[in-house]
Amino acid sequence: MRSWEWARPVRPVRREVLSAVPELEEGRPPLLFVPGFGHGAWAYAENWLGHVAARGFSAHAVSLRGHGGSDPAPEATLRAYAHDVVQVAAGLPRRAVLVGHGAGALVVAHAMARYPARAAVLVAPVLGGWATFGTAVRRNPLGTLPAVFGAGLRLNRKQLFSGELPDADARRHAARLGRAARRAQWQLLTGADPEPAVGEPPVLVLGSPDDRVVPASALTQAARRYGSAPLLFPGMGHDMMLDARWREPIDAILDWLVKDPSRDDRG
Amino acid sequence: MPTSTEPGQPDPETTTLARGPDGRPVSDRGDTVCVIGAGASGLTAVKNLAEHGFGVDCYERETGVGGAWNWRHDRSPVYASTHLISSRPFTQFPDFPMPDHWPDYPHHSQLLSYFERYADHFDLRRHIWFGTEVVRVEPVGDDRWDVTTRSTGGYGPERTSRYAAVVIANGHNWSPKLPRYEGLEQFRGEVMHASSYKDSAQLRGKRVLVVGAGNTGCDIAVEAAQQASRCWHSTRRGYWYAPKYVFGRPADQVNDMLLALRVPLRVRQWLYHRTLRLTVGDLTRFGLPKPDHRVYETHPIANSLLVYHVGHGAIAPVPDIERFHPHSVELTDGRQIDPELVVFATGYLPRFEFLDGKILGDDEGVGRPRLWLNALVPDHPTLAVTGLLQPDSGIFTLAHWQAVLFARLLRLRANRPERAAAFAARVRAGAGERYSGQVKDSTRHWFEVGHADYLRALERALRELESK
Ligand SMILES: Cc1cc2nc3c(=O)[nH]c(=O)nc-3n(C[C@H](O)[C@H](O)[C@H](O)COP(=O)(O)OP(=O)(O)OC[C@H]3O[C@@H](n4cnc5c(N)ncnc54)[C@H](O)[C@@H]3O)c2cc1C
Ligand SMILES: NC(=O)c1ccc[n+]([C@@H]2O[C@H](COP(=O)([O-])OP(=O)(O)OC[C@H]3O[C@@H](n4cnc5c(N)ncnc54)[C@H](OP(=O)(O)O)[C@@H]3O)[C@@H](O)[C@H]2O)c1
Repeated sequence: MRSWEWARPVRPVRREVLSAVPELEEGRPPLLFVPGFGHGAWAYAENWLGHVAARGFSAHAVSLRGHGGSDPAPEATLRAYAHDVVQVAAGLPRRAVLVGHGAGALVVAHAMARYPARAAVLVAPVLGGWATFGTAVRRNPLGTLPAVFGAGLRLNRKQLFSGELPDADARRHAARLGRAARRAQWQLLTGADPEPAVGEPPVLVLGSPDDRVVPASALTQAARRYGSAPLLFPGMGHDMMLDARWREPIDAILDWLVKDPSRDDRG
Repeated sequence: MPTSTEPGQPDPETTTLARGPDGRPVSDRGDTVCVIGAGASGLTAVKNLAEHGFGVDCYERETGVGGAWNWRHDRSPVYASTHLISSRPFTQFPDFPMPDHWPDYPHHSQLLSYFERYADHFDLRRHIWFGTEVVRVEPVGDDRWDVTTRSTGGYGPERTSRYAAVVIANGHNWSPKLPRYEGLEQFRGEVMHASSYKDSAQLRGKRVLVVGAGNTGCDIAVEAAQQASRCWHSTRRGYWYAPKYVFGRPADQVNDMLLALRVPLRVRQWLYHRTLRLTVGDLTRFGLPKPDHRVYETHPIANSLLVYHVGHGAIAPVPDIERFHPHSVELTDGRQIDPELVVFATGYLPRFEFLDGKILGDDEGVGRPRLWLNALVPDHPTLAVTGLLQPDSGIFTLAHWQAVLFARLLRLRANRPERAAAFAARVRAGAGERYSGQVKDSTRHWFEVGHADYLRALERALRELESK
């Protein structure tokens, strides 16, 4: 019984959704990409959306409230972010695959408890808790510590991209980064675990052992939570959709979907 | 299975032949579950059964989904102006929210488009045989069921298929409840039940008497206040007319805030009485009867406009009808009025014309089933009813969880039969349980549930099922 959710529905906002659809609709499930904190839908529009559409899937990316081109929302909570994802997913013509990156993976995990996703993909997931915080502090104390006191969490270029990405690109992307709402940031550390997913969606976890935000151990842990092992892409930074070798992980995701993981599961 | 909007028949590929008791062929649908009706409750049953891995055949007598909310359907009780009485978060399915830019109280056409999107999003239409009516459901051995169907309207031959389980989702707001009155046959004016009321043009310029103060009666009285030349509103008791908004928010959301804080019923009733007193004030000054019950003891009325029009003299409240005369209606206080049109908004009665009433525990034949959680049938573990509810909220979340419970129960039967058998004892013990506070005795309260109490009971049942 979710009395509070009934009593206090999340405030509606205008949300930015960027899309790329294939020329020929082939009956494949649509993908909905959810950016991590500080990122907007633009992060996926750079490389992934077009590529996904070229491979015959329709691709959509939402900017969580307060990010990218969506309305500002300084008081947003994780619940509001999950609401944004479920709203967009339910607005798609067919059951969607949810893809979350960074803290967007945690938002996806929450959304999965409110929407029976076709499948879910967690890319370099930041699922919260103090361990994540520990890593972040060690790698980037100046960007992280102030966040505890309500300032914006700042990630630097070295954490997000590998050395292979041309410096100009890295600067351009870093300049677009925004920040998540204070309460949501705080919930990332202290919030309750997501409720179990509804509809038993298959879940794929992938990341890079050289990610300077999410350590390899966190990837293994995240994958174990969903009963699998992570797919690893060595040599890439945290922002896999923007890094120089962005093509490899997205191809792996689409290959996994083409195999139709839900079939194996159900028999 | 092919998609079909034509009168359909089960997929021949998976069919093997058995013989029914009368020697007619019966196609055996194996482990497939049959769902009767593709209204909101039927759709959520199809979705959740499919999600739990079951094959599903759903039969729908109309040619589209949405049931009552498709106002083109000949049995739809919805009229042009119908808006929800339960606000959006109370009404949507828990795993498929309505768009958050919709109004707090959406229009019936939005509801229909919501159900159509639900059906498409979860690819449900491939399970549905439209234009096909269920005419008989009979138990055969092994807890299996023979379901006989034919094209709606009685064309074509009957077909019988055997199913592992059946979900009845035929709705309970389509078969009119018409009270009997002395002299009604001799009455020369026009008489209709609210189920055939569609549009306020039907009232224009007429002297109209509306009977009944459920949400339908109140809506029609409000329309009559604006369109008819006169409007009398007859009720056999006084009610609490709750506004749709209080304290700047939809009223049901305010109430759930109190529920979330676990404020006890008595205190909530007191608060409610205070609030109504401070807003609309004492209604008896308009000639409305004083309620003979506390708030929450009759199905809630959510209508901000009724009192408004009574206060403007456009609706004249009158007591119950004593009898009809050819050119007038006599009221219980002895007054005579002369309406040209009488609209009976006296509600609906449940009907399961395809099933022996005893199976649902209606031993006295009054039409009232005896179930646990308004859904599970004692001694028939593979039969369930969904949507047989009259909640103080939207019905759809409740129907969703009913469907989930039944799907899990069926899965348990397959995987752990001994545990499912233990659960059957629970169903028997719980039959007839109520999930609301005290309510006034009336057919309209047969299925009345408090949504919070009811959802908690369902949650407990789901946990019991998983844990034992
Ligand atoms: C005017 C009005 C307003 C309402 N407003 C609200 C509201 O605001 N909120 C709310 O939650 N509820 C409201 N209700 C209650 C309403 O009954 C439910 O919202 C909802 O329609 C119930 O859905 P259902 O699927 O159980 O039944 P229905 O919508 O009646 O659907 C039953 C379906 O089964 C089909 N069927 C029936 N018998 C057979 C058969 N033998 N063979 C094959 N198919 C069959 C019918 O054709 C129909 O499509 C309102 C009701 C009325 C009358
Ligand atoms: N969304 C909306 O706007 C909307 C609109 C309409 C209806 N609905 C819903 O649809 C359902 C059905 O509503 P409804 O209004 O059609 O029916 P209802 O709630 O059953 O109301 C029937 C009314 O008729 C009266 N009545 C019944 N039998 C009578 C008799 N023999 N003599 C005199 N009066 C009699 C009842 O009085 P008693 O109280 O004395 O029994 C009651 O006032 C409800 O769930 C309702 O909430 C929603």
